[in-house]
Amino acid sequence: MSKQINVALIGNPNTGKTSVFNALTGLNQKVGNYPGITVEKKEGVCKLPRGVKAHILDLPGTYSLNASSLDENVVIELLLNKNDKDFPDVAIVVADVENLKRNLLLFTQIKDLGIPTILVINMADRMDRRGISLDIPILEKHLKTKIAVVSTRKGAGIDKIKELICDYRYLSVEPCLNASLIDPEYFDGLRKAFPNHDLYKLWLVITQDVNFVNLDRQLVADTSSFATHSKSALKRLQQKETIMRYQFINGVLKEGYKVDSSTATGFRARLDRILTHKFWGYAIFFLILLVIFQAIYDWSGYPMDLIDETFASLSEWTKTTLPAGSFTNLLAEGIIPGLGGIVIFIPQIAFLFLFIAILEETGYMSRVVFLMDRIMRRFGLSGKSVVPLISGTACAIPAVMATRNIENWKERLITILVTPFTTCSARLPVYLIIIALVIPNTRVLGMNLQGLTLMLLYLLGFGMAVFSAWVLNKILNIKSRSFFVVEMPAYKLPLFKNVAITVVEKTKSFVFGAGKIILAISIILWFLASNGPSETFDKAEQRVAETVGAQNIPREELSEMVSSYKLRESYIGIMGKAIEPVIQPLGYDWKIGIAVISSFAAREVFVGTLATIYSVGSDEEETIKNRMRAEVNPQTGEALFNLASGVSLLLFYAFAMQCMSTLAVVKKETNSWKWPAIQLVFMSGFAYLVALVAYQLLK
Amino acid sequence: MKYTIADLRRGQRAIIKSVNADTLPIKLLEMGCLPGNEVELIQFAPFQDPMYLNINGSYLAIRRETAFQIEIHPIEQKTGL
Repeated sequence: MSKQINVALIGNPNTGKTSVFNALTGLNQKVGNYPGITVEKKEGVCKLPRGVKAHILDLPGTYSLNASSLDENVVIELLLNKNDKDFPDVAIVVADVENLKRNLLLFTQIKDLGIPTILVINMADRMDRRGISLDIPILEKHLKTKIAVVSTRKGAGIDKIKELICDYRYLSVEPCLNASLIDPEYFDGLRKAFPNHDLYKLWLVITQDVNFVNLDRQLVADTSSFATHSKSALKRLQQKETIMRYQFINGVLKEGYKVDSSTATGFRARLDRILTHKFWGYAIFFLILLVIFQAIYDWSGYPMDLIDETFASLSEWTKTTLPAGSFTNLLAEGIIPGLGGIVIFIPQIAFLFLFIAILEETGYMSRVVFLMDRIMRRFGLSGKSVVPLISGTACAIPAVMATRNIENWKERLITILVTPFTTCSARLPVYLIIIALVIPNTRVLGMNLQGLTLMLLYLLGFGMAVFSAWVLNKILNIKSRSFFVVEMPAYKLPLFKNVAITVVEKTKSFVFGAGKIILAISIILWFLASNGPSETFDKAEQRVAETVGAQNIPREELSEMVSSYKLRESYIGIMGKAIEPVIQPLGYDWKIGIAVISSFAAREVFVGTLATIYSVGSDEEETIKNRMRAEVNPQTGEALFNLASGVSLLLFYAFAMQCMSTLAVVKKETNSWKWPAIQLVFMSGFAYLVALVAYQLLK
Repeated sequence: MKYTIADLRRGQRAIIKSVNADTLPIKLLEMGCLPGNEVELIQFAPFQDPMYLNINGSYLAIRRETAFQIEIHPIEQKTGL
């Protein structure tokens, strides 16, 4: 028997569902997206006894089948669609032993769909500490299923789950709650209208506001005409259903679940007293932020330098070792520097995701949401906006996706719109190189001036995000019912394996996602810079010789003149010249113009672009920084990168919306081109104005 | 006088009397915020908002505006309430 068993892993957030998934599949997993939406789809393969294999789908965490977010919709859409290729043969509901009552609510809903459902009671290692004892046979009898008691922390119980998956055919599919008891009259009507359908499923189709693309269309159409009950009457029925489910659960737990609260320790209470304290809570949060930034901008400097040097010498080696020609040039000047521009971000991204993963795993992140909510609300944001704003310092793409758990649409929209102002790691290389060029490396009040400038730019990004949130909050006239519920999970030590997998997965998806664009752009740029309209471009040597005339010029200087003539006449040179009038008032020349334009695909290509342009322009191997320092502004005759143009560039990059991937994600998350278009126009227009004013004042 | 969760003091417990099903999110009901269940106020953020509660064994935080919509019977009478 080689058929795979389809297993769906379902559970409330914070139940260790992902740990169970990791334990079952090991590294045998794949992360992708559900078609058309940005909800993460995690699946893996698990080897079972007797040579059977199971395909495990880790569904997004949900509190119930009453979906209130995109992630939760995925769960109900799958479970109601028997034709989906992922429709489970067996469902596993993961429950937290400390929160069994609430977790069982979801269990009873899944079970009532008629899907064989295994109950996994996780975090069994915490039972003793909380004084909990379970009577498994009694629970199994009342819940009409099999139970695995698991501790992923100790690796216990995983084999039991595998065994139960193998034997899923023997599980009962009897429901826990008779749906028609919710409102006998109403359900009688439903039964008569759709005699061939399961009542509980019909009820879910009626009450859920989700997209049932693959469900029987006729059914959906008829249902909408059948839904004679008003919205509020339906809601009352949902409340009644919930109360009935809890009555059933309370009855079951009374017999099979005992808590001796005298042995319970007050660990949570003691930690909460400090971590959510009016003063200490904020002080500790601020300290943690400091450590995170220290790691991202200081500790990651060492691996980044190493990566930088490695790629530089690799490029050099390619150039000297391979036979000269277009292909070698493409490799050494286009592809290798392009790849280097991606790989260099790995340390920072990894550090950031490491900290976020730890803060989430320990349960601390919810405390931050709790502490910050009131303050953030003043600016039209939510406490839950803190996570996206922090993630935004690595990359706006996961940050925009992280807004999904903000229930209030207006708060969520504002968070999405302002997140790209936070200083993402793609801006960092631009900042670093410009700061090194125009800000003196001296100490002011014991602080390094360059470091201070960098910090200022970060504060500027945050400040602008918060300020525009405040403005948007005043302008946007969106009435959305505000509600805010955040679970405060128990404190736990993070599991190394979970943290490691998160870091690897997130970093990988960043590198491959952004990497493709950066690589493509470096190749295109290289091509545009080393080719031109044949007429003038091909005759470069001749033209230069004509202008030089009879003067006696050293060979080296002559070849440099030829290169720079070639660059000016290349496709990219022509493009740069065309936009020069627009960017001249900001203090940029056409080469910077090219870099700025290519940055609209992704900011991090700025340095790479200049590297490509300059290394095409010169045969000598110089570091890009020295090359930039030597650039002269043809109008003033002074250094091109001076304080005025440098500050103007820094401000432009701080505010402009230069990231296609972010725009694409915003379009997906807001479901309209309107918002990304507003972002692009508003942010970039503002950036232009600020950069203009700064240059004209400082020049 | 009508008491709601917003009237609770830190460490005080109460029984939920009624909830406004029309305005409260179903998610909150499903987390155990239902008539007859016990609620305890664990902690306030500054300005007493949001409120960190233990409802029926679930630990969660809600905003003050939501807390006003959940009526309670106080069970531990302390001075003033």
